[in-house]
Amino acid sequence: MRREIYRFDRYFYFFLKGVAICLPLLLIGIGGFLLNASLPSIHQFGFDFLGTKIWDPARDNYGILAFVFGTLISSLIAILIAAPLSIFTALFLTEVASRRLQKSASFIIEMLAAIPSVVYGLWGIYVLAPFLRVYVEPFLGKTLGFLPLFQGPSYGVGMLAAGIILSIMIIPTITAVTKEVFLSIPNSYREAAMALGATRWEVIKMAVIKTGSAGILGAVILGLGRALGETMAVTMVIGNRSDISISLFAPGQSMSSVIANEYSEATSSLHISALLEIGLVLFLITFFINSLARVFVWRASLRGSTR
Amino acid sequence: MFRNLTLTILMVMSLMVVSAWAKNVSITGAGATFPYPIYSKWFSEFQKIHPDAQIDYQSIGSGGGIRQFAEGTIDFGATDAPMTDEQNAKVSALHIPTVMGAVVVTYNLKGVATGLKLTGSIVADIFLGKITKWNDPKILEINPGLKLPDLAIMVAHRSDGSGTTGIFTDYLVKVSASWKEKVGHGTAVNWPAGLGGKGNEGVTGLVKQTPGSIGYVELIYAENNKLPYATIKNKAGIFVDPSMKSVSAAAAASLKTMPEDFRISITDAESKDAYPISGFTYLLVHPKMEGAKGKTLVKFLEWAISDGQKYAEELFYAPLPKEMIGKVEKSIKSIQVK
Repeated sequence: MRREIYRFDRYFYFFLKGVAICLPLLLIGIGGFLLNASLPSIHQFGFDFLGTKIWDPARDNYGILAFVFGTLISSLIAILIAAPLSIFTALFLTEVASRRLQKSASFIIEMLAAIPSVVYGLWGIYVLAPFLRVYVEPFLGKTLGFLPLFQGPSYGVGMLAAGIILSIMIIPTITAVTKEVFLSIPNSYREAAMALGATRWEVIKMAVIKTGSAGILGAVILGLGRALGETMAVTMVIGNRSDISISLFAPGQSMSSVIANEYSEATSSLHISALLEIGLVLFLITFFINSLARVFVWRASLRGSTR
Repeated sequence: MFRNLTLTILMVMSLMVVSAWAKNVSITGAGATFPYPIYSKWFSEFQKIHPDAQIDYQSIGSGGGIRQFAEGTIDFGATDAPMTDEQNAKVSALHIPTVMGAVVVTYNLKGVATGLKLTGSIVADIFLGKITKWNDPKILEINPGLKLPDLAIMVAHRSDGSGTTGIFTDYLVKVSASWKEKVGHGTAVNWPAGLGGKGNEGVTGLVKQTPGSIGYVELIYAENNKLPYATIKNKAGIFVDPSMKSVSAAAAASLKTMPEDFRISITDAESKDAYPISGFTYLLVHPKMEGAKGKTLVKFLEWAISDGQKYAEELFYAPLPKEMIGKVEKSIKSIQVK
């Protein structure tokens, strides 16, 4: 009888191990597929692929600098908006709000993550873009127009719109992770700070933010990783022009939206290969950024447990 | 209770298997999204006459259609732009034109609901970013009756690869030397100006939201959504409204120069009735096919270009001109079925 149980345990162990091995294999498989499929393009363009901004399917000439720029800048705008909002929200939820409020507010914020991205995109086209064009962009142009960031005609759609849409989409991620980081900080820290006569703000500053800083950074990078790969909503509001402009009002183009836009109609083999190489570059960027986030969060939790 | 449920599911499944056996002619195709509405209408109407024929079609885009047809994973493909010589060399495909469509130039100008006239070279210059204001002398010259404002033109184009862009850029290449030199034609090009919207609905969204904008969409889409569109000057020098008649006229005008394989562009056609930005959409089939599949597919093609044509207009497609149908029939007859 005992033997039987023991044997079952062993089978179960092998089963779990097999399942666990499948996932890294899948990751390697996807990376390998992308690399293999983009070989013709790598062979043809080499590093020029990353360094030029001309993307011309009609002449089979491809460079993705403008798309890398668009992806990075729109995600950066998103982070600049979303990170402070999310951190303050998490602080409010964990340090200030009552238990009941914390639960219901977290629920609503997490609901934001459940909205399909095409819905965000439609909202972007029909609500956000006209609002930006009529009110926000003319206002920014008037007040901050001396900065090249806020010059040029306002179309509504463009980098700014893409950044704002992305920020709304990543707020739930950053808030949820930051909240967990704050909740994992032992209460004894806060009590110790209070015992030293700290005000509420000082408690938050010393005991919560400082202790959780690595975790916060991890949460922000996790949000960044999500923003980099977002496709549908961005395509709908970014303006889709493969150009690099310093103005936030100008239209741009992101890596994932080019793939989504052009793959179904691509017929030349070089075009398809170039699109897959974009996929490869995006895969490497997000892989790198997510690993970075892991390291930060891991270090934060390690420090939490040793103390 | 559960056993009953399982039993029922098993019975339903076995029924499905049996019925699949009974309908032993199952044909799969994939490709262009533009003709999808009429193709699905055709498949269901055809199945009413031939209950044993099951035709499945996935609208994955012309590029995907050509690709899968070349790889042999589907029985027929569908594309808006004919295959290039290079593609045609790899896999021999018979192009069967089925219906026609047109691309209209739509715009958003307050107080100008209809009657805007444009020429090919003006459209090209606008999309090149050379003409930037609505009150440009070139536009004023051919629109003496209209009050055109001193407003910047915002160009909207498709951001996704599409047959619509293919027809539109094919036309611009013919009417503008600098377009040919700088941009060229294709289902996706390197746009020198403007904003990109995804799909007809994306372009329409941009045009509707932005005063002073101009864009291009399929005729069907413009009709269904009551968008204003410009009248375009054709090769004969006459301003023509896009309509089913003027699109069919463009095909009829190209009949004389029509090659045997129908791989021809009918943009900028030479006829006083022709709307210049129109094109065919094709089904791709193998010149040699086997067995019941081949027989059914040939039957379907013959039906589509004869009885099937009557469904075109109600779905806003232009039917093939009558003069052309004999020629297409001949091409279908040339398919060898073993």
